[in-house]
Amino acid sequence: MSLHKLGLVELHKKFTAGEVTAIEIVRAYFLRISQVEPKVKAFVTQTKDMAYQQAEELDHKLKVWRKTHPLTGMPLAVKDNICTDSVPTTCSSRMLQHFVPPYDATVVSRLRSQEYILVGKTNLDEFAMGSSTENSAFGPSRNPWNLHCVPGGSSGGSAAAVAAEECAAALGSDTGGSIRQPAAFCGVVGVKPTYGRVSRYGLIAFASSLDQIGPITRNVPDAAFLLQAIAGHDPMDSTSVDRPVPDYLKALQKRDLKNVRIGVPVEFFAEGIDPEVERAVRAAIGELKQLGAEVKEIRLPRTDAAVAVYYVIATAEASSNLARFDGVKFGFRAKETKDLLELYMKTRQEGFGPEVKRRIMLGTYVLSAGYYDAYYGKAQAVRTLVCQDFEAAFKEVDLIVTPATPTPAFKLGEKSEDPLQMYLSDIFTISVNLAGLPAIALPCGFSKAGLPIGLQLIGRAFEEDMMLRAAHAYEQSTAWYRQRPSIR
Amino acid sequence: MEITQQDVEKVAQLARLALTASEKETFAKQLSQILSHVDQLNQYDTTGIEPTATVMGQVNVFRADIVRPSLPVEKALANAPERESDGFVVPKIIEER
Repeated sequence: MSLHKLGLVELHKKFTAGEVTAIEIVRAYFLRISQVEPKVKAFVTQTKDMAYQQAEELDHKLKVWRKTHPLTGMPLAVKDNICTDSVPTTCSSRMLQHFVPPYDATVVSRLRSQEYILVGKTNLDEFAMGSSTENSAFGPSRNPWNLHCVPGGSSGGSAAAVAAEECAAALGSDTGGSIRQPAAFCGVVGVKPTYGRVSRYGLIAFASSLDQIGPITRNVPDAAFLLQAIAGHDPMDSTSVDRPVPDYLKALQKRDLKNVRIGVPVEFFAEGIDPEVERAVRAAIGELKQLGAEVKEIRLPRTDAAVAVYYVIATAEASSNLARFDGVKFGFRAKETKDLLELYMKTRQEGFGPEVKRRIMLGTYVLSAGYYDAYYGKAQAVRTLVCQDFEAAFKEVDLIVTPATPTPAFKLGEKSEDPLQMYLSDIFTISVNLAGLPAIALPCGFSKAGLPIGLQLIGRAFEEDMMLRAAHAYEQSTAWYRQRPSIR
Repeated sequence: MEITQQDVEKVAQLARLALTASEKETFAKQLSQILSHVDQLNQYDTTGIEPTATVMGQVNVFRADIVRPSLPVEKALANAPERESDGFVVPKIIEER
């Protein structure tokens, strides 16, 4: 069996048992990448030479002293908005095309201290703004299940790379669904942790009150394994929370869902949902019942407001965060400008793509004098109502189950001319970010056209262990995750 | 909410973003469309509701004031679009008399 077929936990077991070497792993993965990457286009940067060198050093060291960490020798990909020391980090933007960070994000230094092997940096919608990777300045990635379809976004490169077996697992970031929506579109597992569970230090900021880094993997145990490596308090991120990290793999040992109460929000099954998606998700809910869960209908009445709240708050925060790209200290600078003001204006005009400009404009507008209260203040207040809906629901249930997306993956170009339609494709994932809750997307079937369909489970804050346990029980009882695309 | 091209120009100036004539036209149309969708928030009564800025409720997180290594000058300047000795070069900002 070729090594690229193994998931993270399986590969780790084989590696620690001494059955494979790091160099064999790296060789297998770069062979795989050379075969499928021309079609999938998941990566912005591949780090082949570095990976070979690291693998050689690791194998050499392990001959002398056999001590390994959970991620030693594991080939992982990292979304290209997460800083990697000495490896370009572009945010798929012309603005940062030649930017080489002088430091590692905290998640990356954690992986590095566990001796992981970076295979490359993955493509995204520019500055993580989008739902298809079509907003990348370097061209879109493709869905491995159907190369005419988008992989989702913004972490589309990471999800496509995992689905196409170009890495054992990957990191993404999720501001409004950017881990879960591409995971659902590509038939893999994606976890958005609780806000504050994982450090954001070194994640190039989009919307600071919503952003969170998380794993994209082939199955639930792999997600638990990778989350374990990155979760925990970081003094460099004042919003990261100092509380103990449970043993996530251990939480998976319970295979039934007795005494687990799962809520089905009626608002998520309203108009706009594709009948094939609804059928698959209803079947999954039936399976959760079979596993012993107590399933009941709940209400999240302010679900309708979530997209509007999100596009005010996220763009407001983005317009402020992206003010740093001024052509002075790093990144792109426009040529031949006569004064400082023109330097700023032209640098930003030439450095940013259309979606980023649109969001900066919207965010600046909602924060501007005269409109602040009507838009930004109003959105923050309705955000409170959205949070209250979840609080009330979690008094009655332990988990909430929904579709991850209203439809399976759409075709390239299908929505790129209509920003509002593109925004509405995030309708099932956005409210989770507004409330800061953990959520997971995992495969729950396929459409007639052969595209994956994703289920979403939402947990209470900091109860990733319960969420992963339920996801794992479901995964084991259905085994959708074993299906892999035949890329062509 | 109807956004005019004048509104777009004003906001672009605030955002330090130069726009072409066709961008102004497109953004006026698209921002109007998006903001009309946002206007549905007015159907929610938020009287007396505290706004949410961040969800975990942390305020004023302090740490000990300890001297730690920081980015060396060379590394900090490595990504500069234009530099001279130990500084970033920008167009002149003080007018000559």
